[in-house]
Amino acid sequence: MQLRHLLLATAALVGLAGGAQAENVLKWGANRDIGSLDPYSYGDSFTINVLNHVYEGLVRYDRDLKIEPALATSWEILADGITWRFHLREGVTFHDGAPFTADDVVASLTRVSDDASPLKGNLPAYVSSAVVDDHTVDITLNGTYPLLLNDLTNIHIFDKEWMVAHDALKPTDIGAGTEGYATYNANGTGPFIVESRQPDAKTVFVVNPTWWDTPQHNIDRIELTPVTSAATRVAALLSDEINFTNDAPVQDLPRLAAAPNVQVLEGVDLRTVMIGFPFRDTLTTGQPNPFTDLKVREALYKAINLDLIQQKVMRGKSRTAGATVAPEIPGYAPELDALPGFDPDAAKQLLTDAGVPEGLEFEFNCLSDGLVNEEQFCQAIASMWSRIGLKPKLDVGPRAVQTPKRTNGKTDLYTLGWATLPMLDAYSPLLQIFHTKEGNSGVFNWGGWSFPELDQMIDAAGSEMDVDTRLALETKALQVVKDQVIMIPLHQQPMAWAVTNNVTDLPLFPDNKPRLWFAQMAD
Amino acid sequence: MIAFLIKRAANAAFVMLAVALLAFLIFRFFGDPVEMMVNEQATQSDRAELRERLGLNDSFVTQYTRFVGNAVQGDFGMSYRNQQDVMVLIKERFPATFELVLVATILSLIIGIPLGVITAVHRESKLANLLQLGSIVGVSLPSFVVGIMLILAFSVSLGWLPAFGRGDTVQIGWWSTGLLTPSGRRALVLPAISLSTFQITLVMRLVRAEMLETLRADYIKFARARGIPTDRVQWRHALRNCLMPVITLTGMQIGNLIAFALVTETVFQWPGMGLLFIQAVTFVDIPVMAAYLMLVSFIFVALNTLVDITYAWVDPRLRDDAARAGGANG
Repeated sequence: MQLRHLLLATAALVGLAGGAQAENVLKWGANRDIGSLDPYSYGDSFTINVLNHVYEGLVRYDRDLKIEPALATSWEILADGITWRFHLREGVTFHDGAPFTADDVVASLTRVSDDASPLKGNLPAYVSSAVVDDHTVDITLNGTYPLLLNDLTNIHIFDKEWMVAHDALKPTDIGAGTEGYATYNANGTGPFIVESRQPDAKTVFVVNPTWWDTPQHNIDRIELTPVTSAATRVAALLSDEINFTNDAPVQDLPRLAAAPNVQVLEGVDLRTVMIGFPFRDTLTTGQPNPFTDLKVREALYKAINLDLIQQKVMRGKSRTAGATVAPEIPGYAPELDALPGFDPDAAKQLLTDAGVPEGLEFEFNCLSDGLVNEEQFCQAIASMWSRIGLKPKLDVGPRAVQTPKRTNGKTDLYTLGWATLPMLDAYSPLLQIFHTKEGNSGVFNWGGWSFPELDQMIDAAGSEMDVDTRLALETKALQVVKDQVIMIPLHQQPMAWAVTNNVTDLPLFPDNKPRLWFAQMAD
Repeated sequence: MIAFLIKRAANAAFVMLAVALLAFLIFRFFGDPVEMMVNEQATQSDRAELRERLGLNDSFVTQYTRFVGNAVQGDFGMSYRNQQDVMVLIKERFPATFELVLVATILSLIIGIPLGVITAVHRESKLANLLQLGSIVGVSLPSFVVGIMLILAFSVSLGWLPAFGRGDTVQIGWWSTGLLTPSGRRALVLPAISLSTFQITLVMRLVRAEMLETLRADYIKFARARGIPTDRVQWRHALRNCLMPVITLTGMQIGNLIAFALVTETVFQWPGMGLLFIQAVTFVDIPVMAAYLMLVSFIFVALNTLVDITYAWVDPRLRDDAARAGGANG
């Protein structure tokens, strides 16, 4: 009898304790898995985004996407103008208990800028770094460069001792054929700790009780499961098997919104969708290239009925754009967003003036797994161009197949989406897309254009330390891009997340990155 | 017999080499893995350098011989996407696919055989006609449609079974099994049914055809004449004689099921080899694609060779040397 009482009492106690510790588990159904636990494994925004819950940078974005101190508390530029001194936060520890020091920063920067690192491009101006004292680091750049903080938001800091102990000082190099410890293990300073990982099945994160910052979330555990099939993802949400997806399929939004247990979070992505022109001498057909003539580019722009695309193809959910960057991006100005107006007759006249032969054939390269409703808007635009007497040949295929054609100039017109990630500044498309292709610039200048006047403005902006002067330069450069119709901007594409009702707050970020350290769940 | 075995083995090796060659021919049209591996900020020279390091600039022949040379030693290289050894990746995923295929096969036998017998014995009845009609639907419905309908019915509407995943698994050595946990067994139900639909109808139709044949045989009539109960005659004497081709077919179909499982695995996010392959295709992860194709074709070739050898062992007329000797005698 006594024993039975004891058992009952114990059971009651356990029950009470269990009740008090009811865990908030956020089950996240993503459309794909992260590539590895190593944020430097390959240049993939989603992997870096997820691992940002585990690893942190010297600075980070706040709820309004403004840069704020993280592992560094303050910084200044030294007298030489190219060395930045960062003062590090004291009392921060890694998940394994090791203290965070200047050595860790230097080792991490060395690792990410290694020749074998696919993320080297994320720190374009970096030359070297040095330890000043335990909590001070100097970073030397190759010139005056205003966007170092933007770059550093995405450079995650590893623990040096941990990397040394596990032979992970260098990034994993597939070419060398060896596996890396950091691919399976993680040790950061962030709000969540990796508990377990089964690739393509489940990765579990638990809250870091010794995080240096005051948590704004009340999540105890995140279970990230990739659910690649869109229909299955929707079903899992409807049946409460997942609480959150960062990719709610556009076609299922009405259905999800109508479900009693699901809430849809809709917004407009920062990603601007554009169409690029070729500037080579000949088209893929061997004919002379008429697109080097501004009139022809204007004609193709005027022939596109942007309203129709917004209403029909994008189901009213996109934001029609006149500028090549979204309004949230520094460097944007409202006058850049002016639209030329849909006018097929004027477009035809422009073509005649430019002497373009009737029935000009050219290729139009689109992705089947790229932007939102890309195949559909490509088809719509191709038929709009047909109406002004052109013969666009639509070439749709998966990214892996289409990209080599685009980079090697084996196509004519093409689509491109640019979100200015990870920099979140107009300098990103200016340098990467609109600058002449040379050295580190113009990597996405697939059309092969060159406007020296534009290059000068971009280069000047790239070394201008005064924010207002720099942004004015960027706006001026974007105006040149617009006047020259180097690319046709179409819209900022829609994005949709969905959560079940027990997730009470989950801020939707326009860069389409979930930051679950801001999420709240009902207890 | 030894000459026959050597010949069969040589045939099998030749088929594998041809599969590898075909695979490498196709990979050239899959696109460029480097574009998937680097990020937006990478420069042209970074890209070129990575391509060089991965050996993608080498000629087709060099790449092929290097692959075959390494594959013979059991080395399939590193996955571009997961940055892991490919053999380790496949070893991790194989148990999931194998358990799914195993359960689907068992389901197809325990459902397909009785249905086949019933439709053969009562072939004029309404039930048999209905089953026959159902089997046509089963044969013609693609498995992803079956899968999504099952999810809709049992996960969304009824909420009985999970819509995706494998549930909790238990590790036994390197083998991970979901059969020992309740959530693992629950997760297995829908994918297994969806994968076995086609197989069930196949078994059912085969058993029906064989039964119709057997039921006309003399020994069945004699058995009935001896006064053995009808049920016993049908389910013991007749059915037993029908099972040889069913077993052969089931064995040969295992290769097919492993290959078909990739559709089911994609719908149910089942972490098996098929899912691995599909994701490798979207990423142009050549080492994983190559290893998967080689493994699946190895399973096919091995099953076929085994069946051929068994037949030859059972029936000496099928051995080449015996046949030739027989011909000379004749």
